[in-house]
Amino acid sequence: MLTSRTPTTRTRDTAVAACREAAHRIRMGVLVQGEAQGEGYVAQGLGAADILAVAYTHLLRLRPQDPDWPDRDRFLLSTGHYALLLYSALAEAGTIPVEELRTYAADGSRLPMSAMSTYTPGVEISGGSLGHGLGLAVGTALGQRLQARPSRTVVLFSDGELDEGSTWEAAMAASSHRTGDLLAFVDMNGMQADGPTREVLDVDDQVARWESFGWRATRVDGNDVGALVDVVGLAASRMTPVGVPQIVLCDTRLGAGVPMLESREKLHFMKIAEDEWPRCMRQLTEQHEGGRR
Amino acid sequence: MSASTPQRSAAMIASIADDGVPTTQAPFGHALAELAERDERVVGLTADLGKYTDMHVFAAAHPSRFVQVGMAEQALMTVAAGMATTGLVPFASTYSVFATRRAYDFIALDIAEPQLNVTIVGGLPGLTTGYGPSHQATEDVAILRGIPGLVIVDPADAVDVEQAVPALAAAPGPAYLRLLRGAVPRVLDRYDYRFEIGRAAVVRPGNDVVLVSSGLMTMRALLAAERLSEHHVDVSVVHCATLKPFDEETVLREIDGPRLPLTLENHSVVGGLFETVASAMVRRGVSVPLRPVALPDEFLDAGALPTLHDRYGLSTDAVVTRVLTELGRG
Repeated sequence: MLTSRTPTTRTRDTAVAACREAAHRIRMGVLVQGEAQGEGYVAQGLGAADILAVAYTHLLRLRPQDPDWPDRDRFLLSTGHYALLLYSALAEAGTIPVEELRTYAADGSRLPMSAMSTYTPGVEISGGSLGHGLGLAVGTALGQRLQARPSRTVVLFSDGELDEGSTWEAAMAASSHRTGDLLAFVDMNGMQADGPTREVLDVDDQVARWESFGWRATRVDGNDVGALVDVVGLAASRMTPVGVPQIVLCDTRLGAGVPMLESREKLHFMKIAEDEWPRCMRQLTEQHEGGRR
Repeated sequence: MSASTPQRSAAMIASIADDGVPTTQAPFGHALAELAERDERVVGLTADLGKYTDMHVFAAAHPSRFVQVGMAEQALMTVAAGMATTGLVPFASTYSVFATRRAYDFIALDIAEPQLNVTIVGGLPGLTTGYGPSHQATEDVAILRGIPGLVIVDPADAVDVEQAVPALAAAPGPAYLRLLRGAVPRVLDRYDYRFEIGRAAVVRPGNDVVLVSSGLMTMRALLAAERLSEHHVDVSVVHCATLKPFDEETVLREIDGPRLPLTLENHSVVGGLFETVASAMVRRGVSVPLRPVALPDEFLDAGALPTLHDRYGLSTDAVVTRVLTELGRG
């Protein structure tokens, strides 16, 4: 459906290209942090990098140097252990210096292993205890609407968090209060702490479930930047203070962008040996340049 | 009580007011509605208990600033926290049992850790209903005391509630308010008293006994003190409206001496006022025998509230008897 806000083909292609470049830099930032600490949730960070690239490049209205600007759009990371991905996106946005990524999870760093609003500029919530982000997003959207601020609330949580009852409490609150300026992304990477999501607890039929909760739901390949740009552009055009909340269920590949990690056994916490980091970075760059051609 | 005339329990709407004590209707709801007249940051939320936490008064006065989240305490805490991040000052009400037992993680991480200005308003704190353990929050303070930076307020009466509401909104961090709702006794206006976060107040001086109390037990302590004066027992009452941060200076100064000290609380003997005072005494080397008037470390009975307050030692009669017994005059 074309609306006046739908970009022309040319601006759309430009946006996709910009998001791809951003995604590459964000992924590299994830690897830089992983290498600095020797560990981290690198596979998840790589998998969801395209979502954050599109959000930070194509959707969010921010003043990167003024992270407390009251009218800013809010990006809430519920899945706190994706911190390294968020830090990389904040570096891409210019809120934190790129060099600071090397301090990830180090003593005294502003960039702890699990993202906390009290540590890092641009981090809106202290995630990590899962199932909190969507409720916080509903409150944020309601608060902004009540104060008539032109601000949108975007939240990312993971498919594992679909197990949490609090997620569904928040889902009902959002549709009941018609928080139309709320957009949720779910990273459907299919893996949680005890194994594949499907085996831990069946979370299938998510589009139907969210629609039955009064949301507008879409499922998309979360590693297809072009598809993400289209879906996000359409979602953004529909956002309005009072309206239907929207959710984009993004199927992602753990380790996306680095073939040697994509093909590795899927684990919640993927071990990467010290000498493998340079190879990961090399493969990431080769993949990206190959895709550009 | 004979089998043919069972006492009506009025378990859920039972009043805590003793006979002859004046009451004020819904002081929390009215105080919040009034505060919102002059502070546009104030919002109210509830989890399907607006009518039973006096939040309905605020909702009727300021419908656009009231959020009903339904019977969903986790959403109550997260939505309140989210609103606070935008600069609003939320008061979120439910029963104390649900706030503490169901939504603890959400209070700790979403409200307390970022030090947001949210006041959690807990109805039916301690033993204020005859519904039994599902509704009796006998350990709510014990649960919440461990959260860093969370202010815990246990008001004595309507005067305390009316003063606490604006004070908590003005303070920047998070708080838990033990709600007295419905027809709430009004006793402190007979004394020279002002609520202040973190301050205990010597409401009444006395030479023989020191009653260190919080919450509705301060009302009982004051009533008991009047009755005990008829027995020529001169009773001081020290009211601890704030359980955290706790005013150790005032309380230890009052109990460190020859007078008989007791703590009185509408809470389990585990983890509440008694243990707060006792630990402060140990740390500061104050060594006097301290006696608790508190609920036992048990799941309590269901029944009529006045019966239960007698049974567990919280009624004015029970306090009078206890003090006389401790003085060897029982």
